[in-house]
Amino acid sequence: MTPAIFLRIQGIAADLFEIPHEQVTPLSSPENIENWDSVQHLNLILALEQEFGILFSTEEIDEMKNLGAIKSLLERKLDHSA
Amino acid sequence: VVSSDLRKTIDGLIGTGAAEAASRSLTELWRREASPATAQFLITSYNTIREHLSLRSFRLAILRSFTVEPAVPLLRAAAFTAGIDLTVHVGDFNAYAQEILDADGRVFRFAPDVVILAVQTCDIAPDLWRGYADLTPQGSAAAATRVMTGFCDWVRAFRKRSQASLVLHTLEQPARSSMGVLDGQSSHGQSSAILQINHELRRLAEKHNGVYVLDYDALVARHGRVCWRDEGKWLTARMPIAAGHLIHLAQEWLRFLVPLSGKISKALVVDLDNTLWKGVIGEDGIAGIQIGPEYPGAAYQALQRAILDLYQRGIILAICSKNNQEDAMEALRNHPGMILRPNHFAAMRINWGDKAQNLREIAAGLNIGTDALAFLDDNPVEREQVRMALPEVNIIELPDDPLGFADTLRDQLAFERLTLSEEDRQRGSYYAAQDQRLELLEQVTSKEDFYRSLEQEAEISPVAPATLSRVAQLTRKTNQFNLTTQRYEEQQIAELAKLADWQVVSMRVRDRYGDNGLVGVAITHQAGTVCEIDTFLMSCRVIGRTVETAFLSCLVEQARERGARLVRGWFFPTNKNAPAKNFYSDHGFELVTQNEKGSLWELSMSAANVNCPDWVRLIVHGGVKK
Repeated sequence: MTPAIFLRIQGIAADLFEIPHEQVTPLSSPENIENWDSVQHLNLILALEQEFGILFSTEEIDEMKNLGAIKSLLERKLDHSA
Repeated sequence: VVSSDLRKTIDGLIGTGAAEAASRSLTELWRREASPATAQFLITSYNTIREHLSLRSFRLAILRSFTVEPAVPLLRAAAFTAGIDLTVHVGDFNAYAQEILDADGRVFRFAPDVVILAVQTCDIAPDLWRGYADLTPQGSAAAATRVMTGFCDWVRAFRKRSQASLVLHTLEQPARSSMGVLDGQSSHGQSSAILQINHELRRLAEKHNGVYVLDYDALVARHGRVCWRDEGKWLTARMPIAAGHLIHLAQEWLRFLVPLSGKISKALVVDLDNTLWKGVIGEDGIAGIQIGPEYPGAAYQALQRAILDLYQRGIILAICSKNNQEDAMEALRNHPGMILRPNHFAAMRINWGDKAQNLREIAAGLNIGTDALAFLDDNPVEREQVRMALPEVNIIELPDDPLGFADTLRDQLAFERLTLSEEDRQRGSYYAAQDQRLELLEQVTSKEDFYRSLEQEAEISPVAPATLSRVAQLTRKTNQFNLTTQRYEEQQIAELAKLADWQVVSMRVRDRYGDNGLVGVAITHQAGTVCEIDTFLMSCRVIGRTVETAFLSCLVEQARERGARLVRGWFFPTNKNAPAKNFYSDHGFELVTQNEKGSLWELSMSAANVNCPDWVRLIVHGGVKK
């Protein structure tokens, strides 16, 4: 069984931003995570695309304000493609 | 083990200070999931253990016309697993031309070992990309000329400013041609124009030392042009490569960094049963094993072909197999499906002994370190045992399906080479002759008799264009008989040889069994009456045959002719160069001083001399540069 979507996002964010898993929450965003700069934002998008085998549109990328928004977006996308 | 468990294991190993074991597990993790997140995890982990590992430090500058930043952590992570601690400088966006031309700029101050010039067709030649349909044949030719003039100028300017290696990306073809299928009907079309530029890039690289071509177009084609490109990210973030393919660009870069940094395997040791052929020779017999053009024997023939390609590239081959020697030799000699034959192997250990011990003996017999060995065996248990006993050996992980064996071997970074000298081509036969020399040593009684019976000839010449590549290669690869372990790139050697007060000489050794090739290098610097030995090294092929004395006697004599009264040189100890430790004291040099880096030795030429052994015939070319 694949782990829940947020757990997978959490793992990726913890690695990329070099913070413990428990500090990664749906409210995590560039505002409250130090290492989340524009380069890491691109890396996050690329990591999610690779992990979930999808491609985000430019509009979708604009929606990615925090990890909670990313989770909802992924749920929608994966639901549609399922 | 799922990856999250593996990560816990890694954290545990790092916590207890087991750096080598942690590094192996990190490599395993990377093999399973090479992703941006894993890359960051590897970099963070390696940063805490790097001091305890023998990693090669290497500096790379990437000059580019597009966003490469996301590929950099992938590259650094992959480099760590290949034993390279990479520091990366990324040039400003689309500023590659200014950066190359700016002699005092940040790129050159960064002092890179290698520079990659990653420029896209759509940036450097927009008219050959989207605008092609507007061009006349003359316009197309003019555009190609303009691009090549740019590259020629940059390479020339780069060489004036830096001795670093330079890797040029070729230009990619568009996934969809401007002219549709019409493009294929003309020999002057869009595709031809880009092909022509890529061909010219190769010719440009051939003309300059230390300039190499990375076939970016072939890389993109290998993975599929349509899938490779992500137009959305290109337009919004100037990052043209789809998420899943960035790793392939990083891997391609690493194929150049591994040979350039010298983290290579010199010899490949192979198993026999179910590796070179399907079946067990001792049970199935020569009629029962499968190796031939039909499936499943074809998978093993494909692997043998890949191994033979490595042999032609100068990789030494050896066998380590649990078998009765006669059974195995019968298959090697007589099976019609074999591509590899006994003469391709420089050493064979076919017995029932422990493989790790056999590998140690193979390395000792070839005069190379066990860390220069790669090991190919279908049996994961054997691989694990060797890994436990000899963690420095490069263990090749084979897939379960033999159809994947050949490609796995071809993808090994440690066998990549960027130049192929005549030496490399002949290496296999040199080692076959070495076996006969060792047999002779067993027959003769005294060492002196042995030296005499070898009928050795040492030919000493100043470095020349034809030997430049081999001389530089020896400085990078020689670890054992190497007094200072100074590493040089081809172009650095070329520069040194041009200077009036520097001397770069090479030694070729022949004997009754044949030519050993170019096996010695010495670099000296003369200031007034003092000649300092910067580099003195010899290939392991000729260690223990007194030719080093012959070589030194010639250096001393040439220094004398230039007016030297003192010859001095440092010995810098490493983990590997114990064979050279007593070189200066054995030849009458006096210890001058010693510090934490090494010891300085001196020969006063009025008080002592170095004589060439009378059993080595010395041939000296080129006279003395004054």
